[in-house]
Amino acid sequence: MKTLRILGALCTFAVTGGLYAQTADNIDHAKAAQEFEKFRAEMEDSNPAELNELKGEELWKAKRGPKNVSLAESCDLGLGIGKIEGAYVQMPRYFKDADAVMDAERRIVWCMVEKQGFKFEDIAKKPFQSPNDSGAPDITNLVMYIAGHSRGKPFAVDLKDPKVREVYEIGKEIAHYRAGPYDFACSTCHGTDGKRIRMQDLPNINTKEGATKAVMGWPAWRMTGGVALTMQWRMNDCFRQQRFPEPKYASDTITALLTYLTANANGVVYKGPGIKR
Amino acid sequence: MNRKIVFATLVALPCLTTLLPAQADENYRAKAIAMIQKDFKPRGQADLDRLAEDGVQAICNRTGNHPPEALAKTLEADQMASVKWPADGKLMGDWKKGESLAQSGRGFTWSDKPGLPVGGNCYNCHQISPKEVAYGTIGPSLLHFGKLRGNTPEMQKYVYTKIYNAKIYNLCSEMPRFGRVEALKPEQIKDLVALLLDPESPVNK
Ligand code: HEC
Repeated sequence: MKTLRILGALCTFAVTGGLYAQTADNIDHAKAAQEFEKFRAEMEDSNPAELNELKGEELWKAKRGPKNVSLAESCDLGLGIGKIEGAYVQMPRYFKDADAVMDAERRIVWCMVEKQGFKFEDIAKKPFQSPNDSGAPDITNLVMYIAGHSRGKPFAVDLKDPKVREVYEIGKEIAHYRAGPYDFACSTCHGTDGKRIRMQDLPNINTKEGATKAVMGWPAWRMTGGVALTMQWRMNDCFRQQRFPEPKYASDTITALLTYLTANANGVVYKGPGIKR
Repeated sequence: MNRKIVFATLVALPCLTTLLPAQADENYRAKAIAMIQKDFKPRGQADLDRLAEDGVQAICNRTGNHPPEALAKTLEADQMASVKWPADGKLMGDWKKGESLAQSGRGFTWSDKPGLPVGGNCYNCHQISPKEVAYGTIGPSLLHFGKLRGNTPEMQKYVYTKIYNAKIYNLCSEMPRFGRVEALKPEQIKDLVALLLDPESPVNK
């Protein structure tokens, strides 16, 4: 039933998305963007990402990989093996077994490699969905599922843990580090309240309000291209816009930025996977 | 003359940066840079050399974009000394070409084809022509710029050099150094000057 409703929503997306593309060529971008935002908000209660969550659930529970074990019976996201309620909003966190601070996606990858025996290179080869792919990568579906089980829970990155605190401070430095041909840092585009590029709002990631906009609704079903994407992707694509080279997938740099962003939104209630334009 | 200045800056920078007040926490800053150095890979035209700070970037990063005034003045003068001027000596080109250049946000990302013309990116951050309502707000509005500021040779020179290298007037400006990094050629910058200053440009209608 639910699947049908979501498929219906997908068709509406296809049609309205086309309409939007058409209007966007006309002069009145501003109005089109407003309409689009209204539409986006309305569609959020039948988010196609729910299909990704369902797939993620199957993947989490299935025995997989060379070691033929399930993540449900082997993976500890910080609250104990197989415990997922509220795990997403408490990451990034420090994991003793890996001796590293990890964000949710990186931790799931770590479990797939260490517990199930998958090769990191195979997962990192194509970690993000592109518009022409038939579906999202397994890792994206898994992140969607885990994120869905933090719906209604407040972000709670543990800055009292000195290891997390240190990564947070490093993330803050990275967010302000200007380099490259255009002298851009994250904070060039995301360092002041109420700014935008063209019609796109740019949250100020250094404030609680802005950081909330930055992390809320991710992982997301993205209307542009109709793809499911995670925060790892968002960081990757912003580094592209920053004219930097490409950050390595699931690297310390990305964890540091995600620690900074998420902890700045600490206390705010997470609404689960969302829809982004 | 130019070469001497550039050389002096190259030598002076490492010394200056060690003398600067450390706004950023040095320990975290060093760790952040080490992290960045190991966590990227080249892709398309975006090579790893882009991760290193040049002199201006190092000083802006080190001082939270508020460099000591004397140092800023010296470095701004250096940036001015490296401006390349159009071959024909004229600073105003064709506003129509300027408008299409201002619209394009392409260039320099790993997904842009190397060698293709780079856009001006202007509307990403500025309001310019009243006809374009999809403008960004990172930079100030430039609507009616020529009407408000006039079209004197001095104003043309100011606009040309500001677009060529915004750091001449504000060392840690958020605006890129379009001419200095050869994103835009002198001919293209002339077209942008015309977009802002030509009385016939829609900007000034
Ligand atoms: C050149 C400008 C630019 C730079 C530099 C930049 N971003 Fe972005 N960022 C954007 C734009 C534009 C969007 C909105 C994209 C959209 O709406 O599709 C965005 C979106 C985001 C979002 C999602 C916001 C939301 O509402 O979902 C986050 C989080 C983010 N950026 C973080 C960063 C971080 C961290 C960095 C530094 C690594 C960075 N950005 C660098 C332009 C930039």
